[in-house]
Amino acid sequence: MSLSVYVHIPYCVKRCGYCDFNTYTPGELRQGSDSVASVAEGYIDALLDEIEIAREQTGEQAISTIFFGGGTPTLLPAKQLARVLNRLNERFGLTENCEITTEANPDSVDASSLKELREVGFNRISFGVQSVKPHVLAVLDRTHNSNRVGEVVNDARSAGFDSISVDLIYGTPSESVTDFSESLDFALSLPIDHLSAYALIVEEGTKFGAAVRRGEVVMPDDDESAEKYLLLDRKVSTAGFEWYELSNWSKAGHQCRHNEAYWLSADWWGFGAGAHSHLSGKRWWNIKHPKSYIESIKAGGSPAAASETLSQKDQAIEDLMLRIRMRSGIELNRFEKNQLTVLEDFYQRGLFLPDSWKSGRAVLSLEGRLLADQVVREVIS
Amino acid sequence: MPAIPLSSAPQPAETNPALIRNFSIIAHIDHGKSTLADRMLGITGVVEARNMRAQYLDRMDIERERGITIKSQAVRLPWRTDGSDYILNMIDTPGHVDFTYEVSRSLAACEGALLLVDCAQGIEAQTLANLYLAMENDLTIIPVLNKIDLPAAQPEKFADELARLIGCDPSDCIKVSGKTGDGVEHLLDEIVRRIPAPQGDASAPARALIFDSVYDVYRGVVTYVRVIDGRLRDHDQIQMFSTGVKHEMLEVGVISPEPIPSKGLGVGEVGYLITGVKDVRQSRVGDTVTTATKPAQVALAGYKDPIPMVFSGLYPLDASEYPTLREALEKLQLNDAALVFEPETSAALGFGFRCGFLGLLHMEIVRERLEREASLSLISTAPNVVYHLTLEDGREVEVTNPSEFPDGKIAEVREPIVRATILAPSEFIGSIMELCQGRRGILQGMDYLSEDRVEIRYTLPLGEIVFDFFDNLKSRTRGYASLDYEPIGEAEGDLVKVDILLQGEKVDAFSAVIHREKAYAYGVMMTGKLRELIPRQQFEVPIQAAIGARIIARENIRAIRKDVLAKCYGGDITRKRKLLEKQKEGKKRMKMVGRVEVPQEAFIAALSTSDEGDKAKTKK
Ligand SMILES: Nc1nc2c(ncn2[C@@H]2O[C@H](COP(=O)(O)OP(=O)(O)OP(=O)(O)O)[C@@H](O)[C@H]2O)c(=O)[nH]1
Ligand SMILES: C[S@@+](CC[C@H](N)C(=O)[O-])C[C@H]1O[C@@H](n2cnc3c(N)ncnc32)[C@H](O)[C@@H]1O
Ligand code: SF4
Ligand SMILES: [Mg+2]
Repeated sequence: MSLSVYVHIPYCVKRCGYCDFNTYTPGELRQGSDSVASVAEGYIDALLDEIEIAREQTGEQAISTIFFGGGTPTLLPAKQLARVLNRLNERFGLTENCEITTEANPDSVDASSLKELREVGFNRISFGVQSVKPHVLAVLDRTHNSNRVGEVVNDARSAGFDSISVDLIYGTPSESVTDFSESLDFALSLPIDHLSAYALIVEEGTKFGAAVRRGEVVMPDDDESAEKYLLLDRKVSTAGFEWYELSNWSKAGHQCRHNEAYWLSADWWGFGAGAHSHLSGKRWWNIKHPKSYIESIKAGGSPAAASETLSQKDQAIEDLMLRIRMRSGIELNRFEKNQLTVLEDFYQRGLFLPDSWKSGRAVLSLEGRLLADQVVREVIS
Repeated sequence: MPAIPLSSAPQPAETNPALIRNFSIIAHIDHGKSTLADRMLGITGVVEARNMRAQYLDRMDIERERGITIKSQAVRLPWRTDGSDYILNMIDTPGHVDFTYEVSRSLAACEGALLLVDCAQGIEAQTLANLYLAMENDLTIIPVLNKIDLPAAQPEKFADELARLIGCDPSDCIKVSGKTGDGVEHLLDEIVRRIPAPQGDASAPARALIFDSVYDVYRGVVTYVRVIDGRLRDHDQIQMFSTGVKHEMLEVGVISPEPIPSKGLGVGEVGYLITGVKDVRQSRVGDTVTTATKPAQVALAGYKDPIPMVFSGLYPLDASEYPTLREALEKLQLNDAALVFEPETSAALGFGFRCGFLGLLHMEIVRERLEREASLSLISTAPNVVYHLTLEDGREVEVTNPSEFPDGKIAEVREPIVRATILAPSEFIGSIMELCQGRRGILQGMDYLSEDRVEIRYTLPLGEIVFDFFDNLKSRTRGYASLDYEPIGEAEGDLVKVDILLQGEKVDAFSAVIHREKAYAYGVMMTGKLRELIPRQQFEVPIQAAIGARIIARENIRAIRKDVLAKCYGGDITRKRKLLEKQKEGKKRMKMVGRVEVPQEAFIAALSTSDEGDKAKTKK
């Protein structure tokens, strides 16, 4: 058995309008200082303490993937992140080819910081690019200046990262199909091995969500997003990438193994404020606010806020809902008879790939990927 | 002090009819009947000041919430005038047009009526309607100008109008304020002086008219009667004239305003009986009560049964609640003779009942009471009227459910017609006529009640006014018009059934019978509405409106192409599972029309008139 590790870094310079991640700006933390590094020292200490807690609970297990996400992990100096990596290595040990990713905001890195990140052990990096069209970034209320994206991706290459990924968001109000196509072309012109592209989700409680609710911005028709997805899949495939999850494409051997661990219901421990964990059918999540998280760790308690034990039924639903999104699909012999009847109906409508179907697996076709949630809903109803 | 304690007032069964005065308070809605009744309860001392609350006699929750009277209430009041002690039986009546039937029942138990006019509003449509009802019953009418305390009151002006209407002298109008009590003592004195005492033969076999019959969980059926001849005594064996069925009388008494058991009831008296029967149908409104030992030979005139004017299908949202709905309807019907229902099945909505109501307010109230008192969630179909058809083969058919309207081979369709009376300031004449003309109305006449107030009379198909006529009238007249209507028969109409089809499948709940010229507009409206309300499905769904096989309007719901949330990280998993499960639950509450999933909200929204929300609060 091996373990996957997620490390949450809950800081950003500014909150993007659409974002509902558990992240805080220095202003929100009322530190009176613009430097995130200065607020983060205590946070890293707490992470180290949580590693001790985890080690006690899980026993001996080598770590096969590590993912630093946020927030913006790269706002912290590499040497701070390294403290966490080192402690993980000391306490658990890493497998030989352990995948170590960090998310990065193109604004938050440069050639030298990328080099440092590589030196302390990160071998994979994922850049949040979202779009290269300034008016789209403006609607997303996102700061970065897309001119720097090309530069930092090349810098990452020079620094020696094994895998480089870019995240895009499509379906932002005001983004035309051409706009998206241009963002995509740009991303594909970079030396990357992996691409994630997500249709924009309107999250409640965000600035953007409020604007939508007030009718100030209007979300595009789902048909238009469908069109963009088809364009996306076509272009990305032509560029030599293959889909392995419905929002993720990679060159051969560059799939994100950490995300695969999530989708295959492996065990993972999420460290840090608000982080979620999953160990053999039990899920829990930590206290959300970094200050309370640090305090509860300092007080010697568990940082967990709540937990749930998945029933067999829950697990079956999750397996279906996650695996159906993957290129590897899901074995037909897992299903009950009446569920198969439902799936059969979808198959007839062309939602599954015939070859895989005939060899006993349900793997979504291109049209099928666009209707994945519908398939799940029908099968579980 | 003219108020006298009940104990020293003339006692039930021992009161000389010459000392009795029976009257109803009648008026347009909201003109202050119940408030005036409050003052009478207070001034005569039957309700102590500390127990008083506004509209004391409006006891039902729904009456209190809406601030309107739905059921008549009779109360025995002692009153001393000119040195003698009298008994006044007062009946507070509802003002809304839907409950005219309730008023006419009350009037039959009286010799007089107080015709109340809010002297800031003047004469309104139900003022006239109720006046005519009282005149038909040969009652003595006392014109009363109410709300004289209001700054906007114009008692002199309306005294003239009222006098002209009734044919009396303006100085005969009594001015009161139900709010302050001003003039109410004088009014009580005038009631004694002007309203005749009941006439009846005390030695004849007993005859009492049942004017109300109410089921009470604790006491069984409580029957309200007015004694015409003879006497009903405690423990008498009584007999119902219509059925001949005999009952032991377990209790007899008067309402003052709580029930007070008595030794009996004599000529001219108003009170209640309890016999232990559990079903109001055994104690039917309009029937004559007599005694088993000395039964009367001739029944009293009784009442015409109320006829339902508006029909609608009521369906439980949750099919398993059908039996609960049946029970609740049966229970409600015990106290509401005007409510009729019979089971029906809808392909779209499942098992339910086709119900008949007196009007839209009645329908709303029944529905609200069912939902509240039996904790039901209901879908009701759009209200419609009853149609009588002659088929080409000569057969006669009655249609109360539009989906059962035959598709062809119809020789003639007849629809109910009403005579509508609209009272409004004369500046709105044009606008009102335009509205009525658009609703297929035929002008019958117009009279000026005063320089600036007119009475406009139209005949109109009832089907044209059950929908949104009143709201339209109110908005065209800035709220100043009032409407009354009464059925006068049937007339032939060029009516067609418009069906709505989803993916080629007829949705019975959406069928409507419409005048041919309006069918197209209805079709366009309904298909457009449904297109907005029905979510996209796995396949394309055409929505069509059709008359028979002819499609008159169509819309299209395109097949859904994208139904997936793009992002799914570790922390999203629980959230996403819960979301899917919630959506799955939502699916369960969908009604299937063929293969099309229609959310219940879509049914509710499509079947409601656009301004449902404020209609609930609107009064006529
Ligand atoms: N100022 C003033 N307001 C009054 C008077 N009488 C009644 N009202 C108000 O008029 C409104 C209607 O009074 P109700 O007594 O409920 O009228 P109603 O005629 O019984 O109404 P329905 O039973 O619904 O037909 C209430 O808001 C009363 O407070 C009065 O003499 N003066
Ligand atoms: C954990 S976030 C990365 C955070 C990182 N600070 C950033 O913004 O680049 C991972 C990715 O999720 C996607 N994402 C975030 N919010 C989203 C939303 N509301 N709808 C769709 N995708 C979203 C973005 O593409 C983002 O890069
Ligand atoms: S940078 Fe990323 S995590 Fe931070 S606010 Fe923006 S989207 Fe959210
Ligand atoms: Mg009232």
